[in-house]
Amino acid sequence: MKARVIVTLKNGVLDPQGKAIEGALGGLGFGDVGSVRQGKVFDVELRGSDEGAAKAVLEQMCEKLLANTVIENYTIEMA
Amino acid sequence: MKSAVIVFPGSNRDRDMFHALELITGHRPQHVWHTESTLPDVDLVIVPGGFSYGDYLRSGAIAARSPILKDLVAKADSGVSVLGVCNGFQILTEAGLLPGALMRNAGLTFVCREVMMETVNTATKFSSRFEKGQVWRCPVAHHDGNYFADADTLKRIEDNGQVVFRYADGTNPNGSINDIAGIMNEKGNVLGMMPHPENLVEPLHGGLDGRLLFESLVSDLQAA
Repeated sequence: MKARVIVTLKNGVLDPQGKAIEGALGGLGFGDVGSVRQGKVFDVELRGSDEGAAKAVLEQMCEKLLANTVIENYTIEMA
Repeated sequence: MKSAVIVFPGSNRDRDMFHALELITGHRPQHVWHTESTLPDVDLVIVPGGFSYGDYLRSGAIAARSPILKDLVAKADSGVSVLGVCNGFQILTEAGLLPGALMRNAGLTFVCREVMMETVNTATKFSSRFEKGQVWRCPVAHHDGNYFADADTLKRIEDNGQVVFRYADGTNPNGSINDIAGIMNEKGNVLGMMPHPENLVEPLHGGLDGRLLFESLVSDLQAA
């Protein structure tokens, strides 16, 4: 079973890297860019076929390691 | 005063810390490898600077899940003093021993220079030898030192006096909220800071300003 975990910065948390990318895009002539926030993607392969159980385990992985919930949110997508 | 320094793959200030501790406490600290399950019986545990696990995932994130951390959390809960410097500060926040998080520097660059520090709380075991408001020199060397905490947490740690050190004189090198350079936990036995006091403890370093932090610990822990 495959899953994709997306980790993004919470609203209100300053993202200097996103800001720098935003500036660089503007420099390339992409004038319509309002803002950019940078995040992370984890593609995880899991053994087993119970989607509900897998999602519960992935949630624990996010809480314990993949995301720092002080500053980050996460979403889990089952492929 | 007995101390131990935890070493992770990628730690690089562990020997600087070892040297500073031996110089100031008069006792050789013990090195503890991160795969150990138990810390020795000591008064002070140091989580040193460096780039544990190459800063993969988030700075300090992997180290904060290594085997020795379980015992570090238990020892901290039981009142043992813990000092985390630079990567050590990142590890302590990732482990939940200190509130908030350390993010990429606001200027995006690695900063390696000297800053001015202000000691804003002297009623702690880490800072009792400073004068309140004392401004002192300290080197920094980091890429992820931008301290962040949400508004509620920030208010709580400010109200509780948990902010011990701030960057002074406009020398905030990383965009840290409220110029925070070092904080402690509510109980006052765990302190994390980005600057490196261990790198300013003898004349060859160009100054002795960092000694006061270690001397505070010595006077507190030897009296205990």
